[in-house]
Amino acid sequence: MNGAGLHLSDVACLRGGRMLFRGVNLTMNAGASALLTGPNGVGKSSLLRLCAGLLPAFSGTIERTGAVALADERLALDSELPLARALDFWARLDDSADGAVAAALDAMALTPLTDVPVRMLSTGQRKRAMLARVIASGAPIWLLDEPGNGLDTASLVLLGAAVSAHLAGGGIVVTASHQPLPLGTPVILSLSDHLPDPAEWDA
Amino acid sequence: MRMLWLLASRDLGAAWRSSGLWLPVAFLLLVASLYPFAVGPDLSLLRRTGGGMLWIAALLASLLPVDRLIAPDRDAGVLDQMALRGISDEMVVLARLIAHWLGFGPPLMIATLPAAALLKLDGDTIWMLEAGLLVGTPALAALGLLVATLTAGLRSSGALAGLLALPLAVPLLIFGAGTLGDGSGAALKFLAAASLLLVAITPFAGGAAIRAGRE
Repeated sequence: MNGAGLHLSDVACLRGGRMLFRGVNLTMNAGASALLTGPNGVGKSSLLRLCAGLLPAFSGTIERTGAVALADERLALDSELPLARALDFWARLDDSADGAVAAALDAMALTPLTDVPVRMLSTGQRKRAMLARVIASGAPIWLLDEPGNGLDTASLVLLGAAVSAHLAGGGIVVTASHQPLPLGTPVILSLSDHLPDPAEWDA
Repeated sequence: MRMLWLLASRDLGAAWRSSGLWLPVAFLLLVASLYPFAVGPDLSLLRRTGGGMLWIAALLASLLPVDRLIAPDRDAGVLDQMALRGISDEMVVLARLIAHWLGFGPPLMIATLPAAALLKLDGDTIWMLEAGLLVGTPALAALGLLVATLTAGLRSSGALAGLLALPLAVPLLIFGAGTLGDGSGAALKFLAAASLLLVAITPFAGGAAIRAGRE
């Protein structure tokens, strides 16, 4: 996991004909974490998708070193399969080490739900299952979109512990959230400071 | 190669669990049993037109699973998760094409046997029908998948998929039904050519459609 990096320089994002933000710079090396803040619709999720390489940047460059794991609002687990088997599919694609799924389930306190079909999980359990998918992927760069939504206090502690362990192992965590999370001391990037000049875009 | 197998086996498993595999088979058998009611129990008429009727049924049956081929995985974020892992969209579509044909072609060919019996087709016609389906079902699967990638994310995509696919399927129907009355084998070769073309372009066109639809 050493040598992981995520570098954004002067990134701008245009979606649906609207400039969301511009001039975003972020330099993250192994062990760094960042928290994206800003009101709804400011482009936090879009920035995460840019970092993941799922969206092209309108301008600027994004450099990634290392694999990326993304947890957004979509679970991406087969709803008919038992939880452990649904996670196993991704673990096999990732060539994760044996036991990575079991360890991830344990880290999110999901071990008792191993045989429960994904569609039967509650909102909070689904969110934890998604985090378990991220943990089991073994990717150094974690992109978490509102990871605390739907989690109870005990689960937030688990999330904080998982993030700390990942950072201590040389990983990178970028989180978008508007609620306080136990994520140590991240670099705070407020997208409200990067709004485009409206006059420039009305012209 | 291992990745292709992982992806295809997952897709086939998902189709099996959603019981989508039975839908085309049930449809084909239903059409074959309704057709004699509609045209009357005239043996020679059934024998003469039954093969073409089964080709139409196979073509329409290929449209039934279109709305569950791509859209559910796109909405669940599965396609994005695959892209994150560096799996190209072309590879995803190719794996899905293999899985879709395995779940669609052979069951349809098996269902054709009882359907042919219902229409009193003779032995030669059944052989030609099965040979035509063996060559033609990959094309039908590819066409369904291609249309599914194009319409994923649109509203009322099912109806739109039918409108898009049916004109493109006309050559398959002409050559496919043409094999039945053609002793020279030329129609089968044309069918094979059309099938090869569709199977070859689907991974690329479908992959491009998925990429373009990513937002």
